Formats: sequence, structure tokens, C-alpha cells
Amino acid sequence: MTIDLSKITIASARKSLDAKEFTARELTDAYLEAIRKKDGEIHAYLEVWENSARAEADAADKMIAEGKAQALTGIPLAIKDNILIEGRIASAASKILGNYHASYDSFVAEKLKAQGVVFLGRTNMDEFAHGSSTENSAYGPTKNPLDTTRVPGGSSGGSAAAVAGNMALAALGSDTGGSIRQPASHCGLVGLKPTYGAVSRNGLIAMGSSLDQIGPLTKTVSDAKVLFEAIKGHDVKDSTSLPDYSSTKGGLSTGSGRAKRIGVPRAFLKEGVDKDVLETFEATLKKLAAAGYEIHDIDMPNLPYSLAVYYIIMPAEVSTNLARFDGIRYGLSVEAPTIGEVYAKSRGQGFGPEARRRILMGTFVLSSGYADAYYRKARQVRELIRADFSSAFMRVDAVALPTSPGPAFKIGEKANDPMAMYLEDIFSVTANLSGVPGISVPAGMVDREGKKLPVGFQLLAPHKAEETLFAIGEQVEKNSA
Amino acid sequence: MYNAAMTQKVDIRALAQLARLEVSDEEVAKLEKELPGILTFVEQIQKASGDAPAEDHSHRNILREDSDPHESGIYTKRLLDAAPAQEKDQVVVKQVLRQK
Repeated sequence: MTIDLSKITIASARKSLDAKEFTARELTDAYLEAIRKKDGEIHAYLEVWENSARAEADAADKMIAEGKAQALTGIPLAIKDNILIEGRIASAASKILGNYHASYDSFVAEKLKAQGVVFLGRTNMDEFAHGSSTENSAYGPTKNPLDTTRVPGGSSGGSAAAVAGNMALAALGSDTGGSIRQPASHCGLVGLKPTYGAVSRNGLIAMGSSLDQIGPLTKTVSDAKVLFEAIKGHDVKDSTSLPDYSSTKGGLSTGSGRAKRIGVPRAFLKEGVDKDVLETFEATLKKLAAAGYEIHDIDMPNLPYSLAVYYIIMPAEVSTNLARFDGIRYGLSVEAPTIGEVYAKSRGQGFGPEARRRILMGTFVLSSGYADAYYRKARQVRELIRADFSSAFMRVDAVALPTSPGPAFKIGEKANDPMAMYLEDIFSVTANLSGVPGISVPAGMVDREGKKLPVGFQLLAPHKAEETLFAIGEQVEKNSA
Repeated sequence: MYNAAMTQKVDIRALAQLARLEVSDEEVAKLEKELPGILTFVEQIQKASGDAPAEDHSHRNILREDSDPHESGIYTKRLLDAAPAQEKDQVVVKQVLRQK
């Protein structure tokens, strides 16, 4: 049978697979065919695992036939190139890891294998997740399937383009400052950044260790929930993994048991947002109000410092984490007479321009004489931001913000202006700095040069209150359907 | 502490040396312009109130129990194979200490 890949979701595919309307093998073959047809232009994938994908699909069909199917058995997924699957290349879209074969399975890969998923391939990204457009990949940019002159966002741009281009049913990305939510917004998808510690970072190539989380990119809120449920859980191999993680049902609004109050930090939205993006945001709030939610103006005075704090703490952690790539234990090694030159040359030739820029920036903010004014001050202000969230969540169940200040921009438009690119993250870094979960849900379209481009609506909830995000997110989804 | 003159010049070469990173002359010139721009932006945090609450220690580093060790040597080959050069079950490293 022909499967209409533009129509199916994880939920509908589960039903079809269990009802034997199509097999996992047929579904996988349909995706491999779509990738063959379309990915030459889009470049969502760095590598497609055709043979292993077919074998995994056959194994999934066997599980289904034996009545052992789980939520994700036979579901074809795309995996960001910084998530380790044993024996396969994981390069973080960098030349320095171009030929690195993962020595072990990441926690999430292990969990997904146990469910019998199909791994279609590894997706393109900004090198080491440094960027908001996927233009910083050492292997060339990815195009947005909705408008191929535009970026898909980043850094999980390949994962977003694979799902939006119907070349995967869902995907995993990683989010350090918005790298799941912003590409979800730019590609018309749902993207979830879980609570820090909800999903193990074991086997995720580290960028900013106090910020990184793995999460899903999907077509619907309910698909995001299914994939999140599959990958979360405590892991002794990640010291920041939350023990006994269970999502709280969420919501201050006791009685009905349903989260009802949404806070909007309006002072933070005064400038820097495209007019029609702000209008879409306001229209979404109005519809939520009509659906019974209370919309409250809230004061979060330190939120405007978030991006500045992020661009100190993140490069500090990047420079530390990337110190391990030295041409000795793994990855690219450039021959030189002394060990110092092996380090400097391997790193100089292996890292791309943005990684080098962030390493140097991080080295600066951590260096003696400057660390107090930059790094330590940034950590203090991070606590102020965290406190802003704590007091906001005493009054409201969720905080709403645009996901990003504009829709998908043109390829090359911001490539030579690092500050313009960094501003893409202004609303999303708040969640990473405070560790709270955040979701982006498609909430409307704006016009650019005669094309309709999607815009995401972002919701942030207290730690462990992903359920609140799913509940309100489903309402947003219903309204914009 | 912070003063306006602080970020007018950033010694990219010194940073590159600290980071053990080879950077071309051309890139040094470019970064000498870019980094002060980014630093000027991030310096707005100096305006934030100094009374920060104590850091949230709900995420502190914890060590797992040192138990259930895996069988010695089962990962040796896999990890060695990732290294650019190996010899007799060891990663090859250039001489670190030199006689003056």
C-alpha cells in the first residue's frame, strides 16, 4: 500500500502497525524512498543507515507479530549527529570527529533500541551544536523544506528538516539554548526541551553541561509526549540525572487539577520581536483566554539579562568541554614535531570558525583577571533569573514567550554577524539557564516575500511539569488547526 | 572590577595559546574586532542587582557507588581503536617532558 507520509503521526502509525495496515518494513522503505528523492536538495541527513534501518524494521515487525509492541516499536526516527549509537559515526557535524565511531550507546539510544525503533540516519547540525541555522556544519547547510532559500533553524536543523520534509516520523535533537525549540518553530513542528536532568546526557557530545538536554522534535504534542516518556529516566552515568523522575501533573490551580494561569512577562517583549510574530503571539493568548485560561501580566525583571548571561556561561562550558579534543584519544590528529603543536594544529584544523570563536570567548571569560567580572557575575545573575522563575511560578502555572523573534531567515542572512545570530536565542535561553522545561508549538503563519512561514508559541513550566506544557500545548495546537 | 576600557582590546593570540588552538593571522584580525563586540553586549549583566540569591544546589555533583565493575579489558580494544595511534594496548603520545 502507499503510505501518505505527510499525514501520519507516531500515534496514527502505531495504530496502523498494530492493525497490520502496513508493516514497519513498508513504513521504513517509504521513508528511505522519500529521503532518496528529497534529501539531495534539503540535506537533512549526514548519513542514512539504509541496511540497518531495514533490519531494525524487520525486527520490529517480529516484535509486533509476537504481540510485544511498545509505543515506539517500528517507528522510524532521525537522530542528531551528537547522540552516540554504538559502532556508528557520531561527528557533531565537525571535521575533528569526522571518522569517530561511537564506542558505546547513549542512554537514549539504549532506551530506544529496547523499544525496537528504526534509526533512519544521523542528521545535520551546527558544528558541536554551536548555532541557530545549521549553517555552521562542517558538511554544508541544511535547507528549510518549507522554503529552500531559508534556514531550518538550529542547531538541530537537520532533525527538524527531516521531520518537516516527511523524511522521518520524528527526531531527537539537543537543546542548549533553544536548539530544539527554535528549529521546531522555523519548521512548523513541536519541540520539547525537557527539565534539566529529566533525560540523561550520557552519550550526548557535551556542549554546555549545565544547559544541555536531549529532546523530541515531532509533528504533534502527543507525539512529543510519547517520545519524551520513552527517553526520560534516571541514569547513574549522568551525575545531574534526576532520581525518581516522574512528571508532576502540574498546576497550581487545584480543584479542577488543571493548569489554568499563564503569565506573560510583557516588559521583556517590548523590543526586538517582529511585529507580525508578536501579533501571532497575542492572538494565541487570546484564543487561550477564550478556552478558559487566565492570562496574567507578570514581572520578571532579570529575564532581559538572559542572553548576555548565556553568552558567558555557554562559551565558558564550551571551551572546557572541547578541551578533550586534542588529537590524542580520538578524532582528527595532525602530525607535528611536538605534542603542543599536535594539540594546536589538530584543534586549529579540526574545529570550524564558530567553535573556535566560542573556545576563545570562553577562555577569555574564564581567564584570570576577568573571571570575576564575567563568569562569576554571570553565575550570580543566572541565580536571579532562576529566582524570577520561582516567584513567577508561585502565581502562574506556565510562562508564555515567543519561541524566537522572527520566522526562518534567509540562508546567509546572518552568517557573517555573530551577534545577529545570537539574538535568535533571546527567548529560549531562559529555560536552559533556569533548568525549567520548555515547548514550542506551531501557532500560526507570517508572510515573508509571498511565502507563509510558521511561527512557534513557547511555553515554560516549573521543573518536572512537562504535563502542563503538553496540556496547554494541545490547546494551542487545537486552536491553530 | 568592570570598567569600560576593559574590552577595548582582546589579546586573541594569548587566548589562542591558552586554548592550544592554532589561529591564522587573518582570523586573529577578524576576532580582534568581533570579540570586543560580543563582550560589550554581555557586559550589560553588570547592571543587574548584586544581591543574588545563593546558588541552587539541587543539582550538585554526585558520585555513583563504585561497584559492579565490568570485566577488565572488555572495552580496551574499542577505546584504543578510536585513538589516532596505538601501540601494545596503549595510546601513543609524543614526548611530554624534555631535557633542557
